[in-house]
Amino acid sequence: MSIREDRKTEPVEEYYTWTGKARGWLLKHLPADKLLPQDQPSYVASWIYVFGMGAIVSLVFIVISGVVLSLNGPAWYHVSDFGHFVNSVHLWSVELFFITMVVHLWGKYWMAAWRGGRTLTWITGMAAFLVSIVAAFTGYLLQTNFDSQWIAFEGKDALNASGIGAWFNVANLGQIFGFHIVLLPLAVGAVVALHVILVRMHGVVPPIDAAETDAQLQGATDQTEATR
Amino acid sequence: MHSLISYFASLDSPGVYLGFGAFQIQLGNLIVIIVMLLLFVLALFLPFPSGKERP
Repeated sequence: MSIREDRKTEPVEEYYTWTGKARGWLLKHLPADKLLPQDQPSYVASWIYVFGMGAIVSLVFIVISGVVLSLNGPAWYHVSDFGHFVNSVHLWSVELFFITMVVHLWGKYWMAAWRGGRTLTWITGMAAFLVSIVAAFTGYLLQTNFDSQWIAFEGKDALNASGIGAWFNVANLGQIFGFHIVLLPLAVGAVVALHVILVRMHGVVPPIDAAETDAQLQGATDQTEATR
Repeated sequence: MHSLISYFASLDSPGVYLGFGAFQIQLGNLIVIIVMLLLFVLALFLPFPSGKERP
């Protein structure tokens, strides 16, 4: 008997508090075998499926190098050799993050990855891309060199014209530092976490020409119907 | 060699720009776009290594 069949035969527990209801919802939509599956379907064995994880690994490198940079400060990373190295790791992790994220986006676009109830997965992926652009922009503003000065004073008019200049002032280094090391990393982390959870809930999108009767797609199809 | 590295590594250098009529692009941006296109095409055609056989 499979785990799925076994679960169907369990008595249905009645949930009457919000914590209980939340647990019931999570157990129904994100059971342990979906959250941490032992195997992936055979169609995932292709290089085009590795770029999402590539972006996540790059993000981990960005966060770790960013924490080291912020703990030591610009007087360290502008002057010392190791500071220059960590600063470069931060920059090149961002380059890899965007490169892998864009190839992931192209791959998912051409396989129409929003199919099968995966609309929110697609939307959170786009949100992750857009928030990451803002995070990268604030990073360029923090270089404290002529480049960042130029970018800030080129950008300020457009931001002021859009009406957000009072809350997001590119000429205010301290404010941009706060955005870059607290608010935007939290936003990117939250959106990426939601994106990954949604991928786990709905399963990795099958190829367009996969037969609906394929045994490997049954789990994903059941889940899609349950969430409609 | 060292001066060449510091020239390319300097964040204050204006960078190399390529122009084709009205179209202009910085060399670094062009390289990133070409790398992404290359990775995309390779990902579609390169064979994926087979994993361990499981029961």
